This record gives sequence, C-alpha cells and structure tokens, in this order.
Amino acid sequence: MEDLILSSSENNNNNNIETAVKELRETFNSGKTKEEQWRTTQLKNLLCLLMEKQEHIHTALQHDLGKHPVESFRDEVGPLIKSVNYALKGLKKWMVGKKADLPLAVFPASAHLVPEPLGVVLIISSWNFPFGLSLEPLIGAIAAGNAVVLKPSELSPASSSTLANLIHTYLDTKAIRVIEGDVTVGQQLLQQKWDKIFFTGSASVARIVMTAAAKNLTPVALELGGKCPAVVDSLSSSWDRKIAVNRIISAKFGACAGQACIGVDYILVDKKFASTLVEVMKAAMLKMFGENPKESKTVARIVNKSHFSRLKNLLDDPMVKDSIVHGGSLDEDNLFIEPTLLVNPPIKAGIMTEEIFGPLLPIITLEKIEDSIEFINSMPKPLALYAFTNNETLMKKLSTGTSSGSILFNDAMLQYAADSIPFGGVGGSGFGRYHGKFSFDEFSHEKAIMRRSYLLDFWFRYPPWNDNKLQLLRSAYRFDYLGVVLIILGLKRS
Amino acid sequence: MEGFGGLSNSINGLKQAFRNGETRAVDWRKSQLQAILRFLAENEDRIFEALKQDLGKHPVEAYRDEIGVVKKSAEHSLLHIKQWMAPKKGQLPLLLFPSRAEVLPEPLGTVLIFGSWNFPISLTLDPLIGAISAGNTVVIKPSELAPACSSLLSSTIPLYLDNKAVKIVEGGSDIAQELLQQQWDKIFFTGSPRVGRIVMSAAAKHLTPVTLELGGKCPVILDSYSGSDLKSAVKRIAGGKWGPCAGQACIGIDYLLVQQKLAPVLIESLKRCIKRFYGDNVQNLQSICRIVNKNHFDRICSLLEEPGVAASIVYGGSLDRENLMIEPTILLDPPLDAQIMTEEIFGPLLPIITLDKIEESIDFINARPKPLAIYAFTNDKKLKDRILQETSSGSVTFNDTIIQFICDALPFGGVGQSGFGRYHGKYSFDTFSHEKGVLHRSFFPELEPRYPPWNDFKLEFIRLAYNFDYVGLLLHLLGLRRLFIPNRAR
Repeated sequence: MEDLILSSSENNNNNNIETAVKELRETFNSGKTKEEQWRTTQLKNLLCLLMEKQEHIHTALQHDLGKHPVESFRDEVGPLIKSVNYALKGLKKWMVGKKADLPLAVFPASAHLVPEPLGVVLIISSWNFPFGLSLEPLIGAIAAGNAVVLKPSELSPASSSTLANLIHTYLDTKAIRVIEGDVTVGQQLLQQKWDKIFFTGSASVARIVMTAAAKNLTPVALELGGKCPAVVDSLSSSWDRKIAVNRIISAKFGACAGQACIGVDYILVDKKFASTLVEVMKAAMLKMFGENPKESKTVARIVNKSHFSRLKNLLDDPMVKDSIVHGGSLDEDNLFIEPTLLVNPPIKAGIMTEEIFGPLLPIITLEKIEDSIEFINSMPKPLALYAFTNNETLMKKLSTGTSSGSILFNDAMLQYAADSIPFGGVGGSGFGRYHGKFSFDEFSHEKAIMRRSYLLDFWFRYPPWNDNKLQLLRSAYRFDYLGVVLIILGLKRS
Repeated sequence: MEGFGGLSNSINGLKQAFRNGETRAVDWRKSQLQAILRFLAENEDRIFEALKQDLGKHPVEAYRDEIGVVKKSAEHSLLHIKQWMAPKKGQLPLLLFPSRAEVLPEPLGTVLIFGSWNFPISLTLDPLIGAISAGNTVVIKPSELAPACSSLLSSTIPLYLDNKAVKIVEGGSDIAQELLQQQWDKIFFTGSPRVGRIVMSAAAKHLTPVTLELGGKCPVILDSYSGSDLKSAVKRIAGGKWGPCAGQACIGIDYLLVQQKLAPVLIESLKRCIKRFYGDNVQNLQSICRIVNKNHFDRICSLLEEPGVAASIVYGGSLDRENLMIEPTILLDPPLDAQIMTEEIFGPLLPIITLDKIEESIDFINARPKPLAIYAFTNDKKLKDRILQETSSGSVTFNDTIIQFICDALPFGGVGQSGFGRYHGKYSFDTFSHEKGVLHRSFFPELEPRYPPWNDFKLEFIRLAYNFDYVGLLLHLLGLRRLFIPNRAR
C-alpha cells in the first residue's frame, strides 16, 4: 500500500513561495487562464485525475483517516466527479454573463453583467475531507479563470502529498500549484498578496486568515462549522423511525467518524420518545457497523493524537461519562473511538459547548419538541440544521425561527451534493458559499458594463443649476416620463 | 448622543428587538421604507441646508445625487420587497425524488453601516434601505466630517423610523473604534482603503462579514472624436469630474487618458465647458461644491506643490482657503510619480495624460490598482473589447460617466483595492441577507446503498448515482447491468 502513496518533492520555504506566486501572477496576467479552452482542458484533466487515480486517493484516505474506499467514494470522489461534470456543462453559459434591465431615464443604453476572474487565489482546505474540500473550491476557481495555490492540511499528510503529486501531473503547473506544509508555511502564504482566499477549517484559524487578508483588503470566504443539531420529532411510523435513524447514524458516525462540518453534532428529542430513539439507534448501529466497528472498517478513525485527546477529555468529565448509554470505548494506539451515544450530558460540559467533531452523539431531551427552537438559538448559528418530522407546522417554525447555513428536513448531509443550493455558513459558521454555479461566482467579479450613446443628452443633467432643471430631475427620478415631457414643453409647474 | 456605556446597552437592545422578530414582517419593513420617503419629503429643505453647510452643495446637485437617489431606492425596494423576500425554488436530482429545495433569504441580524462625508445622506440611507428591506436592525455611524448632516440624521431619523430597530450613533474615530469592538452580523463600510483595513481587521475578531465600498483612481479614456460627439463627451466628462461633490467622489473621474494630438482641442473644449457650468473665477464659482475641510484642502494643495505639477497646470489652479474653494483645474502631463498621479485625488484637479496611441491606456490602467469605475468614450469596438477583457474594475461605462450609479439593476461595488461586496437595488437586499438552503426529503423510498456495511453492489450504485445514470441504475438494481457492460475493471 505504501507505494501507492505519492510523495511530492516541493521544498517549501519562503523564497519558493514568493517565486511560485510571482510565476502564477505572470501566468494570470498573460491572459491564459481566462480562455475558455484552458478552463475546459483543466476541468477535463481534473476529471481524468479523478477517474484514473481513485485507488491512490482511496489509499491516501485510508492512511490518513482509516476511511473505507466506499465511504471515500461516496463522500469525496463521487461528488467531485459530479461537480466537474456540472461545471463543464455550465461553463460556457456562466462565462457569458447576463443582460440587465435599465430604467428609461437612461435611454438609450444597454447594460450587461460579465463575470471576470479575480486573479491569483489561495485555497486552504481541511484534513477531514482533504480531497473534497480541496478540489471542490478548485473547480470553481478554475472555472472562473483564476490562477490558484492550494494549501492542503498537513494533518492529512498522505492526502496532501497525493494531491500535490496528482495536481502537478494532471494540471497546468504554470497556473495551479499545491504548496504543502505546516503552520509556518501557512503563515508565509498569508503574507502574500491574493485576490481571494477561500478557507475551510476552524473558527480560530479563520480569524488569523481574515486578519491577514485585511492587510491587503483581500476578500475571503470562510467555511466553518458549528454544532449542527438534528431535531427528531416523535415519529409514529416505525418505518419513518428506521429511516430517520439510518440517516442520522450514517451522517454522524459514517462520515469521517463525526469529524465533519455538516455532520450531526447532537440530537434534540422529546423526553417521551428518547428511549425508543436510543433503541432504534443501537439496532441501526449494529446493522451498519457490526458488532465490532473497528474490525468492520466502516467507521473512520480519529485524525491524530491531539484530536483523540481532545475527544477523550470531553468524555473524562464524570457526569458526561455517566450519561453514556452505548459505546464509549477508546483505543489510543489505533486512534479509534467507538460510536458512542450519550443521553443528557450536562449542557455546560465541553461536549455541549464546543463542536464535538468526533463519534460522540449526545441526545438532549426536551419537555416538548418545540423547545428545540429556543435551544438551538441559544448557540452560535450552525452550518446545517436537520429535522426529522412530518409536522408541517414544526417545519415552518424551525425554518423561520432559526438561522443556519442550510436546513434539511428528513435527511442529513445531502445538501452537500445539491448543485443548485448554495453551500455556506452564516454567523459563527462562516460566510461566502460554493457548489454548482455558486463556486464559479465565488471566484469571480461580476463587472457591470454600461453602454450609452450620444443621442438624447438631457440638458438638465448639467449646471448651471436652476429651478427648471430641479423639476426635471425630480420627474426623471420618478421615472415620470410624461412629467418630463410636460415640463420641457413648459406645460407643468412645480 | 450615546455615552460609551450606553452604546453596549443600545446595541443589546437592537439585538433583542431582532430576536423578538420585530423586524421580520414585510409590513414592518415597508413601513420603515415609507418612513424614509416621508423623512425625505418633509425635510427636503433642511437636507438642502445641511448639505450646503457641510459641502456647499447646490440643491439641484443635492437632489440629483442624494435625495433623488435615496427616494428612488426606497421606492424600488417598496415595489419589489415581497418578491425579494420570497423563497426561490431550486432543483434536486431525480435520484432524491420526492424532494424539494428552495433558497430562503433571511436577515443577518444587527448590522453596522459606516457612512461617508461626501454623500452624507445617500451613502448612509441607501445602505440603510438594503438593511431594513432585508429585515435587520441597524446602527448607522454617519461621518463626523459632515457634521450638519450627521446631526440632522441623528435628530430627525428617530422621529420617523422605529427607534427599537434603527439607531444613529454620532461621533469621531473614538466612537468608531468603540463600535468596531462590538459583535455585528455584518459591517457595511464606505470610505478609504486605509480605514477599510482597520474595519476588516476589527471584523476578523468576530468573523463578521464585511462589504467595503472604497474608491481608487477612476480613469476616463477619450478616443478620437468628431465635433458634436466631442462636445457631448466633454460635457459628460466635466459633469463626471466636477459635478459630483467637486471631484470628491469614489466613482468620480480621477484622471483622463487621451491621444497626444487631441489634447489641445480637448483642453479648449473643457475650458469652455467649465466656464459655462461653473464660472471662471474662484471667488464666483457656481453650482460646485467646496472642499469638505481644511485638512483635505491642504492635502489637495500639496498635490499641486510637488515639483513639476504646478508647471503642468493649463487651466485654473486658483485657491480660496477661507472659503475652501478650489477652481476646476486642468493639468497636462504632470509627472507620473507625483502624488497627484499615485494617489486618489478626491478633488477638482483633472490630470490629462497624453499617450502616443489610445491603446496604451490599457497598460497604463493595468499598472495601477483596480478602480471602482473605468469610463471610456469611444466608438471603436476593438478598443471597447480590449478594455473589457484586459482591464478589471468595479464597472465599465462607455460614453458616459457616473450614470451607472442610479441603475438599480446594476451591482455597485469594487474589486481589488476598490473593495468587495456590492449593493443597489436587489443587491442591497442580498448584501444584508443570508440565503438559506431549505431542503425537504421524504422517508420513502429509501436508498439502502447509501449505508454500510459496504460491498461492490453498493459502490457501483453510488458510482452510477453520481453520474445521474438512471438507466444504468435501473439495470443495476434489476441485476441486469452485467449483461450490458462486460468485465468492468475497477
């Protein structure tokens, strides 16, 4: 397996970084990346990369996170293939822009909105979906015609070096580069001047990124996370319960072992329904992950010792430990944590105040399910909100009474694959968005182009000023064309 | 006026009002927009007076650039707000049937708007219209460099708008700093890049999204022209340079690029135009603003004092420090490394830079930071295309100036050093909204291959699903696929 992990031999010191960025800027200035042909070729090459090198990708993810190849395909490779195809299909139309309607007051005139690339952009991605979170924004940046530096996370080293190797093999290195490294390299990159920075990661690093961006007035997009709740109503049909639980369990434990920004963080349920829910969950977990999840290789492991310790500490609180109803075993050597259910850990404990980012699922019981709205609103706005219910009124209340990046009823995580819905956060979960055409837009500047002619130059546009001109301006602003005509004809007074 | 302690309380009050849902209903939003219209209608004279005091702005210019703009924005919003608030349908793949998806705009919460001193009414109220239309609660910090307008807004807006939701906070940079320490759901800033950096750095601490409307050196390219077209172009150029606030405008023309042999005719035409529009004596200038304060007056004067610059003046140059008036001034080829050509002038000085060929203007512009607007007077299609494709700016206007400002259908905002984010029309609504994806799925049918335990069948299913290969999926489910696709290597 080791020989499938591709290494790259970049020597990433500051000099090299400056040189690389300079080269990319020269390439951008030459206009090469703006051409439709170039963009299409890069996207097609990216598609080849995804089709031909899946084994390498799966191996890297297995190495970094213990992800099963099917999980890797479902969560990273599959969506990327879909996204590249979507971009290839839409690119021509997206590049053309659109016409804008103008008021008669500026007649004769025409206006268009035409997208143009921002220039040289920096994409910083995260370790939990290292391919997905690197390449999905890259698709947008390329489609929009930019030159790109990608900085993958050093916490997923096999993925980082595989990405570097594959991208430098398949794509145009004069315009697209992967720069690997740790925090020092990250900081050096942030010293450079970028036309946009797209960041996926934690809030604490996001602050560092945005502060650095401010020095150059660089626009940023921040894809953060938050505690994404799943509200589970008391479902009466056993089919509904089974399906709801499948979707929750799979989204919690089956996607990078809970280390996902849109994974389910915690559950809110009516206290009368809680025990039923737990039983159905245990059954689903057994079916999906088997008696021994570690052996079955259907649950990823924790990325490194530091995060493992962090999660262990969440469970060390005695009152939290007492609330465990299933699972709870930890294997530090293998960085594996068993999928764990907890019922009503203390609200003030770390497990309920911080984003868990691991396979621990707290279930919080409420007097009535409607109380979930207040509960959710007492915390920072999450990237996603999930609710499993057939009650239309509850759906409406949740939709209008809370705020989140997105809200999904009766399923989880699927919004990630929806090209027509923007993917991004609000409040504590970030700002900016991507996926589908939103990726293209995020890396573009929509330039307004107005064309006027010389006919009909309204004299009341120019000084010297007098009352007549004031009247005409008033009417023009009301787009009161009749009024304008009457005043010109001297037939109308103020 | 708020004391520092009172500031936190006020802001908490606004956040509470937002949490209580007071700003969500369309009726509330419409009532506020109507209140803005009433404010404008009932206080027009007082607004004219304040603008005259702060900037010497003539009422007609004030109507055109401030009152008229805000009135039009409020009316446009009132007309469209229901439509803007409505969710927009999105599509989910057939695979997920039955399902539906929509994008639902929601307000961000409590937002902070920094106004600027050159258009103290429109640059505060126009963003306010966006913030209110989107359902937010708002703090406005008008610029203290336009004190009469700041005080007018502070004393009069509370008589019209809902005080629980909209507050005006007056003051200087210390109040601004205090405001920047608070946590906001969005900050909308119009001003200079230097202060823009301070705002964005402060916003970074709370991860607050910002919109920065900055400026830049907006060039006008003048191609060769026939008689009557030249006259029209010159009127629009003059109107675009000295018309808005005597050149103290972010989208105002900063400098002009023209082919050398056309410069003499252009300059003569400009001189005539200036005299007609504004008069020819710095003591008697009409229909033109004064410089906002002594600081900026001295700043502009120092631009003229650099070596080589004063010598390049071909018209104007007279100064009246007591009345803060500077005559419309034309310079011909000042040194390119002088400050007048390296910084945003923001005043009534028009450098004309001559080139051998007009096409050189493209490289000239690209050697400088991206401006908020590029203006080009030309009928040459090739030149137009080159300008569009080879330069970058917030916007490009052909054969006119400034006018893109009043078009609600055009996004108004910068790129690069001229800022990011945009507003006007629906873009104002959008800039103060979060577009939330709302997806609905059903419990039936279920796609088992989504879940572990994993096997080859499920992998193939997922593969076909991401290809939207429904025929393939059907065959796969029926077990018939291998009849059609022999020996697929994996």
